[in-house]
Amino acid sequence: MMPPRRTERLVVLVILAALLFTPPLILLADRPAGGLSWLAAYLFVAWALVIGLAAWLLEREPKE
Amino acid sequence: MAKVLVVDDEPNIVLSLEFLMQQAGFEVITAVDGESALTRIAEMPPDLVLLDISLPGISGFDVLERLRAMPTSARLPIIMLTAHGREVEREKGLALGADDYITKPFSTQALVDKVKALLDESAA
Amino acid sequence: MDRELSVIVAAFGYLALLFVIAAWADRRARQGRSVIASPFVYTLSIAVYCTAWTFYGSVGRAADAGPSFLLIYLGPTLAMLCGPLIIRKMVRTARAQRITSIADFISARYGKSSRLGALVALVALIGITPYIALQLKAITLSHAVLMHYSPVPTGVTSAASFLNDKSFWVALVLAVFIMLFGTRHLDASERHEGMVAAIAVESLVKLVAFLVVGLFTVFMLFDGPADLFARAAAQPQLQHALSLSAVPGGALGWIGTLLLAFLAFLTLPRQFQVLVVENVDERHLLRASWLFPLYLLIINLMVIPIALAGLLLSGTGSDPDSFVLTLPLSAGQEGLSLFVFIGGLSAATGMVIVETIALSTMVSNQLVMPLLLRATPLSRGLRGDLSGWLLGIRRVAIALILLLGYLYHALIGDAYSLVTIGLVSFAAVSQFAPALLLGLYWRGACGLGAGLGMLAGIAVWGYTLLLPGFAQSGWLPMSFVEQGLYHLAWLRPYALFGLDGLDIYSHSLLWSLMANIGVLVGVSLFTRQSRLEQTQAALFTGALTEGIDTAPLWQGQTTRGALRDLLKRYLGGTATSRVLAEANATDRNTSMEACVASADGENAAAMDASASPQLIARAEQALAGALGSASARVLINSVVRGEALDREAVLRILDSTSQTLEYNRRLEQKSRELARIGEELRGANERLRELDRLKDEFVAMVSHELRTPLTSIRAFAEILRDSQDMPDDKRAQFLEVVVLESQRLSRLIEEILDLARLESGRLTLHPKRLDLVDLTRQSLAAVQHPIEERGVHLEAIIDLDEAQVIGDPDRLEQVIINLIDNAAKFAADQAPRVLVRLERHRGHIRLSVEDNGPGIAIEERERVFEKFHQLAQQSPASGHTRGRPRGSGLGLPISRGIVSQLGGRLWVEDAETLDGASLIMELPDAPREMQAS
Repeated sequence: MMPPRRTERLVVLVILAALLFTPPLILLADRPAGGLSWLAAYLFVAWALVIGLAAWLLEREPKE
Repeated sequence: MAKVLVVDDEPNIVLSLEFLMQQAGFEVITAVDGESALTRIAEMPPDLVLLDISLPGISGFDVLERLRAMPTSARLPIIMLTAHGREVEREKGLALGADDYITKPFSTQALVDKVKALLDESAA
Repeated sequence: MDRELSVIVAAFGYLALLFVIAAWADRRARQGRSVIASPFVYTLSIAVYCTAWTFYGSVGRAADAGPSFLLIYLGPTLAMLCGPLIIRKMVRTARAQRITSIADFISARYGKSSRLGALVALVALIGITPYIALQLKAITLSHAVLMHYSPVPTGVTSAASFLNDKSFWVALVLAVFIMLFGTRHLDASERHEGMVAAIAVESLVKLVAFLVVGLFTVFMLFDGPADLFARAAAQPQLQHALSLSAVPGGALGWIGTLLLAFLAFLTLPRQFQVLVVENVDERHLLRASWLFPLYLLIINLMVIPIALAGLLLSGTGSDPDSFVLTLPLSAGQEGLSLFVFIGGLSAATGMVIVETIALSTMVSNQLVMPLLLRATPLSRGLRGDLSGWLLGIRRVAIALILLLGYLYHALIGDAYSLVTIGLVSFAAVSQFAPALLLGLYWRGACGLGAGLGMLAGIAVWGYTLLLPGFAQSGWLPMSFVEQGLYHLAWLRPYALFGLDGLDIYSHSLLWSLMANIGVLVGVSLFTRQSRLEQTQAALFTGALTEGIDTAPLWQGQTTRGALRDLLKRYLGGTATSRVLAEANATDRNTSMEACVASADGENAAAMDASASPQLIARAEQALAGALGSASARVLINSVVRGEALDREAVLRILDSTSQTLEYNRRLEQKSRELARIGEELRGANERLRELDRLKDEFVAMVSHELRTPLTSIRAFAEILRDSQDMPDDKRAQFLEVVVLESQRLSRLIEEILDLARLESGRLTLHPKRLDLVDLTRQSLAAVQHPIEERGVHLEAIIDLDEAQVIGDPDRLEQVIINLIDNAAKFAADQAPRVLVRLERHRGHIRLSVEDNGPGIAIEERERVFEKFHQLAQQSPASGHTRGRPRGSGLGLPISRGIVSQLGGRLWVEDAETLDGASLIMELPDAPREMQAS
């Protein structure tokens, strides 16, 4: 059900998501944009990206 | 005068053997296939046979086998003279009772010597 | 009051609908047509994570603390992404061991320890009660807002006076509802299909309600998102609303809250219930791993717009937790407000239903049943069917849990906002994480360490979060919070050991997890595990190893009758017969007769028969599914004599499985591959040997054919050399023979080369358009003289003016000559005749060469095309009369090769006109269009 390569990819994806969701990366996005901070917008975009990657990873037929 | 039977289906080879044997002082009779060879031997028994293997109809091996099976020709000197040069065929011929197995093309002198030696041996 | 009535009708109608859905799903499950066996339903049931706290509280937190509300959902996103790794392991173990709750799971992992199970159940009860209180508060609060909203913002204090009465009734109604809902079955089992279906529907309702109110806010109250954000940006007091500076604890607090949400998602009893216990198919996890984060993303999209809109429109006086309701109310949207209320109700009830069922299972299985079983005289005294008792205990537990929740809410609930209560609960259940996660991956983690660690962690949690909460509610002096216990500054609950600058949750989580993990690891390193604990630890950590739970674990002895009686007492009659029938179906040692008898319970002899290890294991599993693993173990021990488990064997299996199984699997694969390769090699070898044999044969034939002319040449050459006195005519004859035989030799070599080229495909033809009539005449002219010299009568019938074909003229001529030559050889001895005929036949040009010989027998007709095949020539008794040249036996194979390369055919038939054989060559007509050119 979980070929080794897919497990490896998933672990890397989790690490990537954890990095995207935490400081210091989020500090980069914490900048005002016409009064309000970009932070929330950044989080939503990063979140959607991670979900998209996970869907792509988990819905493909495992080739191995 | 010793009588030699030449059995071969190649006319030119028969021609050369006939000449060689006559020159060596033997009487020569010929046959072009196994069937006629056996008839010839029954009609006028030769003192020696030069026998080819690839013959139309009965093969030379069969002729040899039949001759050795008959008491009259059990000790008849027979030289296999053939273009089949493989070791297995040579062994087969000797096992079936041939006195010698000579591969074509042959040395005329060696053949004549061999025929003479065998005839002397059987006469002794 | 009309409004009051419509709200009550809507709320009860909604609950009734849920009940109908649950009943329908339960019926479908009994018919074997489960409605929840889908990754989508699984995902929606996981969304029970989003409670009233999400529905109302997210907006509140966004208004107070900026984007930090998202952490509560980013944490679970991370946890869910790990789902195929971590949660799958829990699911597989829980299925194999029939786990009923997280308390059961932890207890089973640490040697089916009933003390540890009880501790987990107690902690969960303490930690979750505020959370349930929060839902009650949300329902009553939202109801109050809906009933008593006035356009002039006066705050919710006016509504607060109504709360106490209302929330008690809400709790009561929910209690009855959950009893009907979760304990409908007479045989208590760990699965609740109906509940899962209802929860999935609730998740849809709350999602749609929240999105609708969000869209309403953005597009009806404002002119789209651009307008909303522009107006918010213009407000100076909102400048930092969305930045990290609004987050309590800053960057460290951010990480702390993320970790808190991550751990709580895995350890909340209701999440464990839907994620692990209610999972129908392990494969659903794969899709849910990204689908559930997507659900979270969608439900959070509208939080910030609503929060900003609320802050812009409502002023400072109103409670941000109610923005979701007050925004549509302020716009006079009664219907929309009612829908939002139902959405909030679904979020709250969903949580309360699952949480209460999970908690009541823990209370009955981990707290009450072990006590009942320990009091031996009492349990002996309980005669008859105990399964009814079990359900009774659960129902009482449900009522008590909701009562506790109500009391918490009524007494101290108001001190905290929605989010605060939720986070306090999160911090409490996070104390399960070390025991749970370390237990899954570290075999050495022991039960004593897990228990003490959890106690330490929960003590720190109580000191740093719970007691300060009491202080803020006025139960304890505030000086406790501000100056620390006994006025010791390093004991200040919000800055333990002087650690300052974190938000209170991260602060509490940090210290409690440190204490928890430290004690767990420290104690485990210095404690010997019991043998049962070793077995269970190995089973849990090796859960993903294939073929691990197959060994029969029981070595003791008991009778089938004793087991049946035991099951009957705790599970009831129907469930017992089902378990026994299932076990019999898989137990091959049991005869058909005993099988039927034991299911009926009639045959006394069968009941006296000893039970197989498989049956005992199955019985323990069934009991564990209803009572929890610790109690099931106690009960089975009470009827089984002798050694319960062959633990050494199990441990041996487990220790070696991971390596050995993998090794064996690879070996098997390798040997299968080798066998296959060997087979292929054998085949290839066979073919090679056959080819080799054919090659030997060919070489022998070639040498034989070459030797024949060479023999004549050498013999005559030696004769001519040795005989000086030879007549001239003799000499001339012999020389002529040498010449002829030399020619024959060269021809033969040429043919052998042709054949070799044909067979290897290197024979290059030069095809061009030609007239076969001309070519045939040309060939006839070439052979006419030599053939007739041999006494053969050669005639030709050519009916065509022209016959255009594509071919190589030289090669075709070679073929035609070869055919005529062949026919001449086989013609009759007396008056030999050969007839060549050229005609058109069905779009082909056909050349046939007949002779008047004996013909060729049907079985010989294909063999004449074999290499060196020479037909036995009819032997003239007189020897070689006609001086017929012998063929090499290669002419026909070569001819056939050439003709088929030109797209034609060559074969043998009976002659049409003459009596003998007929060799027929057919070539296709040349295409018309080419003819024109």
